Amino acid sequence: MQIPLPKIDLPRLPFTPEQASSTAGHVDALYLYLVAITLFFSVLVAGLIFYFAVKYRRRTPDEIPRPIAGSLPLETMWTVIPLLIAMTIFVWGASLYFALYRPPRDAVEIFVVGKQWMWKFQHTEGQREINELHVPVGAKVKLTMTTEDVIHSLAVPAFRIRSDVVPGRYTYVWFQATKPGRYYLFCTEYCGTNHSGMGGYVVVQEQKEYQAWLAGGANESPAAQGEKLFQSLGCASCHKMDVQGRGPMLAGLFGKPQKMEDGQEVVADEAYIRESILDPQAKRVLGFGSVQMPSFRGQVTEEQLLDLIAYIRSLSAPPGAGGGTINTAAPGNGNTSGIAPDTQRMNPLSPTAPRGPQGAQNTNTNTQGSNRPPQ
Amino acid sequence: MSAADTPVNPMNPAAPAAPPRADAPEWRTRFAHTNYLNAEYGIKSWLLTKDHKRIALLYLISITIFFALGGAYAIAIRLELLTPAGDLVQPHTYNKLFTQHGILMVFFFLIPSIPAVLGNFLVPLMIGAKDLAFPRINLLSWYIYLVGGIFTIWALLNGGIDTGWTFYVPYSTTFSNTYVVAVGLGIFITGFSSILTGLNFIVTIHTMRAPGMTWFRLPLFIWSHYATSLIMILGTPVIAITILLVALERVAHIGIFDPRLGGDPVLFQHFFWFYSHPAVYIMVLPGMGVISEVVSTFSRKNIFGYSFVAFSSLAIAVFGFLVWGHHLFTSSQSVYAGMIFSLISFAVAIPSAVKVFNWTATLYRGSISYDTPMLYALSFIGLFTIGGLTGLFLAALGMDVHLTDTYFIVAHFHYIMVGGTLSAYMAGLHMWWPKITGRMYPEGWGRFAALVLFVGFNLTFFPQFLLGYMGMPRRYHAYAPDPLWQVLNVMSTAGASILGFGLLIPAVYFIWSMRYGKFAPPNPWPATGLEWRTLSPPPTENFARTPVVTWEAYEYRPVEEMEVIGAGDAEGVQPVGGTISR
Amino acid sequence: MTAAEIHLTDAEAHAATALQHHFDNMEQQREAGTLGMWVFLITEIMFFGGLFTGYVIYRLLNADAFAVASSTLNWKLGALNTAVLITSSLTMALAVFYAQTGVRRMQIIFLLITMLLGATFLVVKGFEYGEKIEKHHVPIAGFWHWDEALPAGVTAERVQMFYWIYFAMTGLHALHMIIGLGILACLVYFAWRGRYTPEYHAPVEISGLYWHFVDIVWIFLFPLLYLLGAHLSHGH
Repeated sequence: MQIPLPKIDLPRLPFTPEQASSTAGHVDALYLYLVAITLFFSVLVAGLIFYFAVKYRRRTPDEIPRPIAGSLPLETMWTVIPLLIAMTIFVWGASLYFALYRPPRDAVEIFVVGKQWMWKFQHTEGQREINELHVPVGAKVKLTMTTEDVIHSLAVPAFRIRSDVVPGRYTYVWFQATKPGRYYLFCTEYCGTNHSGMGGYVVVQEQKEYQAWLAGGANESPAAQGEKLFQSLGCASCHKMDVQGRGPMLAGLFGKPQKMEDGQEVVADEAYIRESILDPQAKRVLGFGSVQMPSFRGQVTEEQLLDLIAYIRSLSAPPGAGGGTINTAAPGNGNTSGIAPDTQRMNPLSPTAPRGPQGAQNTNTNTQGSNRPPQ
Repeated sequence: MSAADTPVNPMNPAAPAAPPRADAPEWRTRFAHTNYLNAEYGIKSWLLTKDHKRIALLYLISITIFFALGGAYAIAIRLELLTPAGDLVQPHTYNKLFTQHGILMVFFFLIPSIPAVLGNFLVPLMIGAKDLAFPRINLLSWYIYLVGGIFTIWALLNGGIDTGWTFYVPYSTTFSNTYVVAVGLGIFITGFSSILTGLNFIVTIHTMRAPGMTWFRLPLFIWSHYATSLIMILGTPVIAITILLVALERVAHIGIFDPRLGGDPVLFQHFFWFYSHPAVYIMVLPGMGVISEVVSTFSRKNIFGYSFVAFSSLAIAVFGFLVWGHHLFTSSQSVYAGMIFSLISFAVAIPSAVKVFNWTATLYRGSISYDTPMLYALSFIGLFTIGGLTGLFLAALGMDVHLTDTYFIVAHFHYIMVGGTLSAYMAGLHMWWPKITGRMYPEGWGRFAALVLFVGFNLTFFPQFLLGYMGMPRRYHAYAPDPLWQVLNVMSTAGASILGFGLLIPAVYFIWSMRYGKFAPPNPWPATGLEWRTLSPPPTENFARTPVVTWEAYEYRPVEEMEVIGAGDAEGVQPVGGTISR
Repeated sequence: MTAAEIHLTDAEAHAATALQHHFDNMEQQREAGTLGMWVFLITEIMFFGGLFTGYVIYRLLNADAFAVASSTLNWKLGALNTAVLITSSLTMALAVFYAQTGVRRMQIIFLLITMLLGATFLVVKGFEYGEKIEKHHVPIAGFWHWDEALPAGVTAERVQMFYWIYFAMTGLHALHMIIGLGILACLVYFAWRGRYTPEYHAPVEISGLYWHFVDIVWIFLFPLLYLLGAHLSHGH
């Protein structure tokens, strides 16, 4: 469920980043509240200390003040009042958290794959980018994220969002940009040698500019690329479209609960499909217990996995749905990567790029397979 | 309480009341009495000692070395951040700098600092015991600390480690090419030193209190050390097993944290923070105990709401184990788990607030002096308040999303760790320096250094709050070339230089005072704890006879009336020798 | 020697030498020792607790794989070892009893029997490990190898997961057993020298606590690791 946030129109405060998303103002409002509380109590405590220290300074060397044991009413007061204040912060913070991490249903999805030390983005329309993400102003955008190697964390201070990117699972965060501009994008979970270089910009554009940008380097949509993969990997020989093959039919499957061999029910979401491709034996659909589907671990990259998921999802999408439409209007131009070779220059922190052999030594990219036990 | 109320010596009613203040020229000569420092000579008498006071000094020396090393790394980090471009060191080197700064400071300075130095020295003295319950284990714990430390230093010299002090997997298990296993082993070993210290404190406090020293007559320093010891014995084994698992995963690739083998990298974070969040309280609770003693002593007032302050320590120790998940708000933990951890995190803030208010209330109608320990204690209260309140920002879920892993976090925990623990450690070192060495430190220099450190500290870390909210990520070798960011970073670096310089002042005058400082009377401030009722420095077995406690905690009276139980020979009852003012 | 001490009985005089200088009396010393061991055992519980937590989480995630892997362990040897350890707890308790009552001979005999049982446990465990090593069922990258048939829904990776938990937990337990044997050996030596009397036998009691703790850990390990899959039809 989406908790609607009240409308807040807060001017940009000093020492804060630009407010460029629909939630940024709300975070700033909570920040303002917390700053006020901090100021109040710091000034109160510091003021009392100063006042007492001056007023009750030692006047004669051997004076001994009268002892005061304590006061239950006072103790109660300064237990209960801070607790109540803390609870208001808790409720405010928690409702904001739900708003930040519950993507709205009508959000456009963009796939994000983190990799030492770059961010790869793929749009529904097929555009791929590295370290730079173009989004139209006003659109709700949901990021579905994973990583090829270590844990990363994607943060856009101007949007006040952040989420860790964890190997082996998908994480989600969403935003709605409200102001055109170029905003910093950072990796904020320490990820190795060039951690500080793993960043770039989110480019928020007016709808028209964005369309022009989209038209510039058109590619196949993830779903279309997923379909190609689905054919070339031979998935289609078992998972048939119209008749029941050796594997379960995939049309209409996405997002629906599935009965497993061991009796449990699993919703066929991104994580489940991913697991079924990499580790087919882990959860087996009722009636397919004896089928030995091979594992595709090591054969598909994280990006290809996302394409396959997009394709399988498109098989369940109602016609005209926003999320996973197949854009067949733009046939592939052969460059499946869609990555410009010099995208590294877009990095705002380019001075940090490794400048010598020492800087690059730590690139142990041995992520796939070699330590895997024989099966 | 006036002098006329208590004409009879409470500890020894049969003995004649102590004579009025004597200016005791014997304190001005080289120690007239046999004490723990001059009872034996030679390196062997130190390395094989079972005396808790000598072991405390061994810790003091080794911890100071580790602190100096960690501080040097900090200066290097700040120098690199003077400019946005990463132009001083290579990124790989920088990553090692902040990792090693963190590891040395957390595991080899902050965790052992107050318990192993001041706690070791004072716990038996304060409760009227001759030593800790297990003196040999106490010595063993120092050797374990040393072995762990040397092992770690060896690994640092041989190439170092770049995983961050948090060792997050899978970076630490699979991707880092540095000495993860060796450093992990060093921390693993050191953990046992912490466990043994905690065990020793708990048993000592339970079984070795002097007659009449009931639980509610204990100094609050003891309560806070009791709470700390609970965390040490309950939490440290978990980090030990976690680090062991990281090492196993790295060496044998067993798969526990590897999603490709069915493991879960986030499970590591749960394990790690299950210890490392309570470890924050291992670092700060003993400091709170020191502050209670200092605030009471230098305002000559009993602590306002003693039992609330005492139980708040235990509450922090217990709640501290239930909030580890607030380090994982953005780690793909479920939003509901996040809510629960956030709620408990707010609850754990309350006992800390109670302490701050009680310390402040203690000052009310006191007799406040501005001696060096008090300056540190007052700055502790202020800085800890800011550190604690900014913790609320991070406990608030929606706010944490924007602030975590930025410089805001760095500023927040340095306000607690440096503004809190380091201030308390300095306050404690100054307050008990006369007891430890038998010499006074130079008061003027002490106050000057305290002021310098306060200014340097705030200049270093306050700008980092602003940088954090503006989005500057932590652990960045270079940052976006925004002029405002650079101005704030330059301020921070300038502050760090002042801080580093300020720390050299006490180092110099402490060493100076050991030879040239004035001789200390048994109770120079004066304070009420049992440790002040023996000679300075104390004799090997602390007291000539077991003291019998007939007074409440923090019961101030003229110093002449507080009997000193001196060395073991003829001087059973001593004139006080100190003066109430210096 | 003051005049008062001359009138001490032999036993009291003996106890006085065992009193460490920093304790006021034997009672305090004993209390400290016992409390110290309990606190130590609490840290041990936390130490094993980390592994038990890992076990619970991964068992919940991979219930089938764990059942299958568990059924490849030899539950008969496990049961034998359980019986051996429970008996050793009894003999340890008897050794403590004879220490308290001052029967030196029986005390030494029961300490030796306890050691013998402990060693038996380790030898049996060694045979079990030997079998696993022979089959390459030790989850170390490069060594681990699994070619036995697995039922549907179970992958070799998940079986490996069970195996490392098995080796970590039983290995840590075996390490504690070895330390325990060392402690028992010291006890036998000092008992032989007549160090322990009805007045001073705290070391025997405290070591007994440790030994019982190590046994109790095994009582948890045995069903969790060995019996989990025993009901499976394809078990051995």
